[in-house]
Amino acid sequence: MEDAARLLQLVINGAAGGCIYGVIALGFVLIYKATEMINFAQGDLMMLGGFVALSLIATMGVNYWVGAVLAIAIMAVFGFLLDSVILRRVIGQPQFAVIMLTLGLGFIFRAFAGITFGYGSYTFATPFTNKVQRFGNIVIGEDSLSIVVGTVILCALLYLFFSKTRLGIAMQAASQNQLAAYYMGIPVRTIFSLIWGISAAASTVAGILLAPSTVLDVNMGFLGFKAFAAAVLGGFGSIPGALVGGVVIGVVEQLAGYYLPAGFQEVTSNIVLLAVLILRPQGLFAETQRKRV
Amino acid sequence: MSLFAARDIAIQFGGIKAVDAVTFDVNEGEVFSIIGPNGAGKTTIFNLISRIYSPTSGELIFKDQNITKVPPHDIAALGIARTFQNIELFAQATLLQNLLIGRHCHVNTGLLSQLCFMPSNRKAELEHREKVEDVIAFLDLQRYRDTLIANLPYGVRKVVELGRALCIEPKLLLLDEPSSGLNVEETEGMAFWIEDIKKDLGITVIMVEHDMKLVSAVSDRVMALNYGRVIALGTPGEVQTHPEVVRAYIGGEA
Amino acid sequence: MHQSLKTSYTQDISLLAHRGSVLWYGFLVAVLLVIPGVMGEFYVNELGGVYIFAIAGVGLMLLTGYTGLVNLGQGAFLGIGAYTNSVLMTKGVPFVITLPLSGVAAALAGVALGVPTLRMTGFYLAIATLAFGSIVGTIFQKWTSVTGGFDGFAVPTPTILGYPIEGANGVYYLSLFVLIFVLWLSVNILRSPIGRAMVAIRDSEVSAQSMGINLSLYKTISFAISSGITGLAGALFGHYVRFLAPDSFDILLSIQFVTIIFVGGLGSLHGAIFGAMFVRLLPQVIAIVRDDLPFGIGRMPGLEPSLFGLILVLVILFEPAGIYGRWLKLKAYFRNFPLHRRSSMRRQKVYARSERLR
Repeated sequence: MEDAARLLQLVINGAAGGCIYGVIALGFVLIYKATEMINFAQGDLMMLGGFVALSLIATMGVNYWVGAVLAIAIMAVFGFLLDSVILRRVIGQPQFAVIMLTLGLGFIFRAFAGITFGYGSYTFATPFTNKVQRFGNIVIGEDSLSIVVGTVILCALLYLFFSKTRLGIAMQAASQNQLAAYYMGIPVRTIFSLIWGISAAASTVAGILLAPSTVLDVNMGFLGFKAFAAAVLGGFGSIPGALVGGVVIGVVEQLAGYYLPAGFQEVTSNIVLLAVLILRPQGLFAETQRKRV
Repeated sequence: MSLFAARDIAIQFGGIKAVDAVTFDVNEGEVFSIIGPNGAGKTTIFNLISRIYSPTSGELIFKDQNITKVPPHDIAALGIARTFQNIELFAQATLLQNLLIGRHCHVNTGLLSQLCFMPSNRKAELEHREKVEDVIAFLDLQRYRDTLIANLPYGVRKVVELGRALCIEPKLLLLDEPSSGLNVEETEGMAFWIEDIKKDLGITVIMVEHDMKLVSAVSDRVMALNYGRVIALGTPGEVQTHPEVVRAYIGGEA
Repeated sequence: MHQSLKTSYTQDISLLAHRGSVLWYGFLVAVLLVIPGVMGEFYVNELGGVYIFAIAGVGLMLLTGYTGLVNLGQGAFLGIGAYTNSVLMTKGVPFVITLPLSGVAAALAGVALGVPTLRMTGFYLAIATLAFGSIVGTIFQKWTSVTGGFDGFAVPTPTILGYPIEGANGVYYLSLFVLIFVLWLSVNILRSPIGRAMVAIRDSEVSAQSMGINLSLYKTISFAISSGITGLAGALFGHYVRFLAPDSFDILLSIQFVTIIFVGGLGSLHGAIFGAMFVRLLPQVIAIVRDDLPFGIGRMPGLEPSLFGLILVLVILFEPAGIYGRWLKLKAYFRNFPLHRRSSMRRQKVYARSERLR
């Protein structure tokens, strides 16, 4: 019984961590589905979002919930501007160029964060820090719970937005066929910038959800690479796939961390990723099709 | 004498029968055209012949050899070349390089010889260059030799596509909509080249076309498809007046 | 200025396009051979580093620039070359054998990566290579009996025919010769059917197959050659840094390589060299001008990575053809002066080929 409970505990913690990867991956896939751009700076957007929240809540003393919403709004605007000012200019260039561009932007974000907020590790008080809930033998930190619940709420909101609102449907249209969307009068470029805004906002949510359990520092964006793995694992271009991929990687990491000797966590998730890709080169829920010649 | 035969060839994508029990023979030295409305399965047949797709049933026979299971990269060496409807040239390479890539199926030099650029490789390179220059002369492409494909106009690219296929020295040439996107003069030029290919080079041609004038001018026999099935097969005159064909293109009574 | 008209097919396939090039390149090589006698040890050392990174850059350029296969795990192959070379040398194998063996070991690793990933495209491939690089990095850390793990590994001095290759000068000449050899190999590849097959795979896999190119075979060959060359660079890298640590071969190193080929100019060998110069010399330039920068910018922590990122962004926005692209435009300007038109060099706006349909 002990072992089963421990296993369940690990799975739940893994799922929570995986949700973070999933949310970042979600933001990443949103951008890719719409614009076919690969945003290597997605993790760094999360980092910036976390730091903005930190400034509001810890430094300026704003209430947690208000601060969270404000941070999300600020980052949404930032994402919008990022696309309309910089990224719009590289439409038409091959994918590799965009990868390099966002890599460069990542460096700039990290340096900016370091200069503005400092290179140390920071944290801020949240309603979920250090509180736990007990279910029989299993102890779940409220921070983990908040991550899972927060992810579910975020996904529900996004789903409702994309399927029920006009703007959301317009976004789906623009991401499937730009030319047709233009003909329907949809302002495609503005829509893309809006999608970048939503993506940045989603990553900020991830950063805020992560704050109770992890310290914030300028290099936390490297989590983004795990998110890319999650997106690829789930099948690039599939939003539910991104979440599934994230949870898979999170759970594998937790299990590896417990059952295998130290230092094998990373490599296990990488091996799982490679194995999935070798067997299904398009990921779990594939969306690419063969070109019709 | 039958150079190529398709026997009951069929392919299904999900529930859609893109090609359904198509059977035809192509004789050596003839120009055989495939016509039909959009979506009839014409390009799909080409993709089946060049083995980009695998048929769900049926056989393909070329020079009395069953090629239904041959891997796609061996088709060129067998002597079958094709052009693509939407031009699949190598855009970041020059015209010359594109045509030289067309010679790939005739390359015999080993890896080491190429890495060290040994005299045998040098000799082979010069030979390939001679052959490519013959094709360039045939198609009048001299002035574009060193231009990147990305900088060439559409009409020229169509011709380069043809040239690249000719560099394979095929026995069978599959032309996918050779006149699409070309103006009247360019289409006439294309018609002359197809005639020359047939008469001077002795290559058998299968052509997918929409331009009926071109079809009537160069074809020996025509096959009409609709919804993946053969609806007529015969001389251009016979097929164009065939009631089924007329109905497929213009529509019949409800 | 100078227009060279071609008069024979041989000119097209020869190593250097015309006799002027022979003169210029000859002069360049002569200058490079003399540098250690003229410049101080620090500069010679730095240049040696540039050559090593240029070698790895050429390897990556063949794979990514010419075959179109994105590889974000290049650091791993450098490490495999470095460790193979150093470990075998400590076992007494002479350097003249360990050097090619490092190349072979890295090439085998490249095949190990290439074969399972044959069906992967674009970003999937990039992430798979990233995962591979990370796994290899972990092996370096954990296989302590061989690599010494985090304790590090001291690299012995190489000897050729009994003469020790020591110091900055030794590394300099060694790297220069290997670079020239690798460039010769690469030019041979590019003017032979293999090179053309690689370019075909990059530009259109479907029609490459129709031309008779066996995709699996050539992708594997490309991986093998690229990793093999990087392995050679790795062996030299070991002698350059003198002490190997497993975490030097991580994602940040791979990002440096990718930057080299991109900023240098994707799709040309010159690009690898220019890119290596940029990536290796930028930190030195920053260190020199640091104190003279206004507003105390020079004293900011994180100046180097931020400048690095800024330059990367600027290059992509304003000169995606990289340093070599800009160099070609400059040459065209002088060659056509005063008739040069800006529009003749304007990049064609190509609407992105959808990566979802390949």
